[in-house]
Formats: sequence, structure tokens, C-alpha cells
Amino acid sequence: MKSNQDTPLLLRKHRTEEWIGRGYTTICVLFLIVIIISIVYFVATKGISTFAIDHVSLSEFLFGSTWSPDDNKFGALPFIYGSFLTSLLAALIASPLSVCAALFMTEIVPNWGKKVLQPVVELLAGIPSVVYGFIGLSILVPFLRSTFPGQGIGVAAGAIVLSIMILPTITSIATDALSALPRNLKEASYGLGATRWQTIYGVILPTVLPSVLTGVVLGMARAFGEALAVQMVIGNAPHIPTSLFESASTLTSVITLNMSNTVMGSVQNNALWSMAMILMLMTFVFVFVVRLLERRHKL
Amino acid sequence: MKLKKSFLLTLTLAFAVSLAACGNKDNSSGSTTTDTTNKPTSETTALSGSILASGSTALQPLVEQVGKKFMDKNTGVSIQVQGGGSGTGLTQVSGGQVQIGNSDVFASEKMKDEAAAKELVDHQVAVVAIAAVTNPEVGVTNLTKQQLVDIFTGKITNWKDVGGKDQAIVIVNRPSSSGTRATFEKFALGTKTEDLKGSIQEDSSGTVKKLVTETPGAIGYLALSYLDDKVKAVQYEGVDATVDNVVSGKYPVWAYEHMYTKGEPDATTKAFLDYFMTDEVQNGDVVELGYIPASKMQVKRDEAGNVTK
Repeated sequence: MKSNQDTPLLLRKHRTEEWIGRGYTTICVLFLIVIIISIVYFVATKGISTFAIDHVSLSEFLFGSTWSPDDNKFGALPFIYGSFLTSLLAALIASPLSVCAALFMTEIVPNWGKKVLQPVVELLAGIPSVVYGFIGLSILVPFLRSTFPGQGIGVAAGAIVLSIMILPTITSIATDALSALPRNLKEASYGLGATRWQTIYGVILPTVLPSVLTGVVLGMARAFGEALAVQMVIGNAPHIPTSLFESASTLTSVITLNMSNTVMGSVQNNALWSMAMILMLMTFVFVFVVRLLERRHKL
Repeated sequence: MKLKKSFLLTLTLAFAVSLAACGNKDNSSGSTTTDTTNKPTSETTALSGSILASGSTALQPLVEQVGKKFMDKNTGVSIQVQGGGSGTGLTQVSGGQVQIGNSDVFASEKMKDEAAAKELVDHQVAVVAIAAVTNPEVGVTNLTKQQLVDIFTGKITNWKDVGGKDQAIVIVNRPSSSGTRATFEKFALGTKTEDLKGSIQEDSSGTVKKLVTETPGAIGYLALSYLDDKVKAVQYEGVDATVDNVVSGKYPVWAYEHMYTKGEPDATTKAFLDYFMTDEVQNGDVVELGYIPASKMQVKRDEAGNVTK
């Protein structure tokens, strides 16, 4: 706004800019909504047709433990169980490690942590899952095989690979939460004569707990949806495992193994879509939980 | 600054539009189809058009290689080969999204809809033989059909029961929908098997080989092209799993690789399939990539599994 004559022209220009920007962003959002709705619609129609058209009973699907498509037995419990077991175990292994790593980076060596460690952790997040799977198969599985009973392949291998994969997710979120913590909280604690350990344990951790939990849930969501790496190391036997070192399956691994080999419209294919639907519903649950945690965090 | 912004905007718009364009494609496999057919060519070849093939990953490398050669000879033709698995290939060729559907198994074995399966025309381009393989340490060189059945149904769980070392048997199987497993069960075991508790299932031949190589007491099955010193290919009923034995019909564990078209193929697709059956391809690329030429087979097999000389 250098002179008065410019104003109308500038104003007009700004209006056009405004209009273009508005239009463009609206298109983008509409596009996203269309994609989401069509995916949900597609998976749901396919998934529901297992029960509606092929008359597989829902309770058999959810609680039946025999998966044998050739004999028309579509019990998906082993896969549901496997998915929950591996992602829970992965979260159990990864959470303490991530939280401690985040504490180390923010509280103990803040400078070095931010400059070196954080990028390294972020790098970990960028490694493709097939690489994790292959390393798991080449190094972890032989190690487990020689150390524990069993063939190395199994639930334990899957959970460990997943825990490494979700480590950066939880660590990054925990680190962000820790560094966003107001200084005065800590200083007040130190001022009262608390030691660093007492400050961390009594002040910092309780305050950031909701955010850390958000990270854990997001990590679990990633573990739940991860297919390739798990499939390579878990063994994929369609049975409920009785030991951590026994071959088992997850929802994702059975889908990736069988989807391409089955013909669209066949019962087995539809049953796989039903499993995809369960995965999707679980993701919604995870998102919902994250929302809840965030709301609690805001108070 | 302003220039940069508008540039960024156009770039994003272009990206969005291209994404949208992708969304409209029916081919669903998510591959990028580079269509070279629209380019004006000065060549005076009679053939033109594009062929899209999808399906079996076991057959994919062969179709890709032969397709490339065919495109070199006929510049007006573009051939695109996608994987996806036998099921995908059959679904897509039946639905008309692709011209050729590659499959490891007969369409009638895989497809529920018999009428749709009947519409498909079979072109058997190669043969793949499968051998039972074990970890080299187990010390078994021959297995009978009954022994294999007992192993894969869990009746025999230790190698000493079939003349090997005292070691537990670890089964490295394929998923129940796999074409390789179907072939193995049909022609080596003669029966469908249940998935055993604790057995390992992998779809990729590379992973199966790796696991059989490394896991003590492991048994699995692989196509002949994957065999080498790392795994021990066991004889089946005293017959070595070799190309010669397959060709002469002595070794029974083999299956055709099929390229299905919906109805009779159009001129371009037909020319491509005919090219597949020429000696140049059958004795060249097919052998080179570890398949057995279909034209060489001294025995034939129909869908029901009846073998004729």
C-alpha cells in the first residue's frame, strides 16, 4: 500500500487470490472426502457380502478358530488374536524404550539430543518396512532359533520387528510433548529442592502422560496395520499360537498372502475383505482413542 | 516470491489432477500405464494396439521378457505386464480389464462362476515343475508319495521315520490359495492337506528357499528354477526332479502356465501368443528363465489331471 491509487487494484487482486485459494482448498478437501468415502464403501460392501451373500455366520467368523477355505470354514479368530497379540506385545516392548529415549534426548542431553539423536530416530521411521522384514528374517529369526526352542519364526519375532518399527513413532511424539513442556514447571520443581529424578518421575511424566499414550496408541495402530514385515517373520500358520515361538498369523499377513491368489467374488476373497473391514474399524477405534486422549490433555 | 507460489500451486494442481486421473482407471493394480501406442509411428507394421496382461507372479518375468522382444519387433504394439497373482489375472481377464490373464492353475479350478470360466480361452505357454526340497542336513534322498502325505499331514514328525537323522520336521508350506501348493498337493500328495499348527507359510519362493536352507529339519517345495546346492531336492518315488523326467512324463509334479484370453483373442494379442509358441521363444526365453517349454512336452494333461502321451 504505497499510494492511494494502488488500493483498488490490490484489493481486487487480493480478492481473486482469496477466491482461488478458497476454491482450490475446497477441491482438495472434497477430493479427500470422496476418496475416504469410496474406500470405506468399497471395503464395507465387499466385507459385508461374506455374511449377506455367502452366508458365513458372523459369530463363526469372529470366534471360529478354524480357517480352512477349502472346507468352507472361515474362522478368523486366529488372525484377530494374532494381530492384537503382536501389536500389544510390540507396544509393550517399545513404549518403555521410547519414553526413556525421549527423556534422555530432552532432559539429560537436550542439545546433543536435538541435533543428533532426534534426526536419527526420524531416520528410523523412514526405513521401508520390507527392509525391517528382511533384517528380521536374516538376523532376528536365526538368533531366536538358536536361543529359544522353536523355529525362530513366530509371534516373538513379529512383535520384536514391529516394536522396532513403532519405536520412532512413540519416541517422536513423546519428545515433542516433553520439549513443549513449560520451563516453569521444571524450575518450580527444582526450586522446591527436588532432584532431577524426582522432577522427571513426579512432575514431567505425569504431565506428559496423555501425549505419551497418544504416541503409544498411534504406534499400536501402525503395528496393527503393518503387513509386509510381519508376514515375513511370523510364519503365517492359521492357528492360535500356544507359545511365543510358534508360527501364527495376523489379519494383515493373511490378507497379503491370499488376496492376490483368490478370485474377486469368491467366498475366500470376500472373507479377506471382511478382515480388511475389521482392520479399518480397528483403525477408527485407534483414531477415536487418540482423540479422547488429546481432549483429556487439553484440560 | 509470488512466482514461486503460483508455480507451487500449479504443481500441486497438476499433481492432484494426475491423481484424479489415476483414480478413474479401472485397472486397479495401481501401476502406471505408459501408453506408447498413440505416438505416430512411421513403421509400416500391420500390428498395432496395446496388450495388458496381469496375474501370476511366477509367469510374470517370462511374459515381460517375451513382451519386450515382441515390442522390439512390432513397434506399434505396447505390452504391459502386471503381477497380482493368478486370482487377480483371472478376475481381470474375465472382467475385460486386461487382454491376457496369467495363471498357474486352470481357470475352472479357481473360479466360482463356471460360465465365466468357460468363456476364457486357455493358452498353455510353459510348464513349471515342482520338487520337494529339504534342508541338506536331514539326510533323506528319496520320499515316496505316502511318506510325503504323512509328513504334510503331520503323521510323521521326525526325519528318522523316513530314514533320515533324528530331527523334528519343520514344514515350510504355501498359503492355501497358492497355485504352487495346489499343484504340489494335486500331483505329489494326491490330496488336500490341512494347515498344521506350527507350520510356516510363505508365498514367495525366495523366502521359502531361505527358510528351508536355514531351518534345521525343514521341508518345503520349490519350482525347479529355484533349485541349487543350498537345498536338497529329494527324489519323488525314486524319480529325480529334472527337466528330462518332466518332459518324458516320468516325474508327475508339474503344471502348465496359462495365459487366458476372454473368447478368441484379437489380432495383436493372437500374434503375441503365437510368438510365444515359436521355437525362438520356447527354446530361448522359456528355457533361459527356468521354465520348461510347453511345446517340448511329450505328455499332455487335461483339467481333470488325466495324462496322455
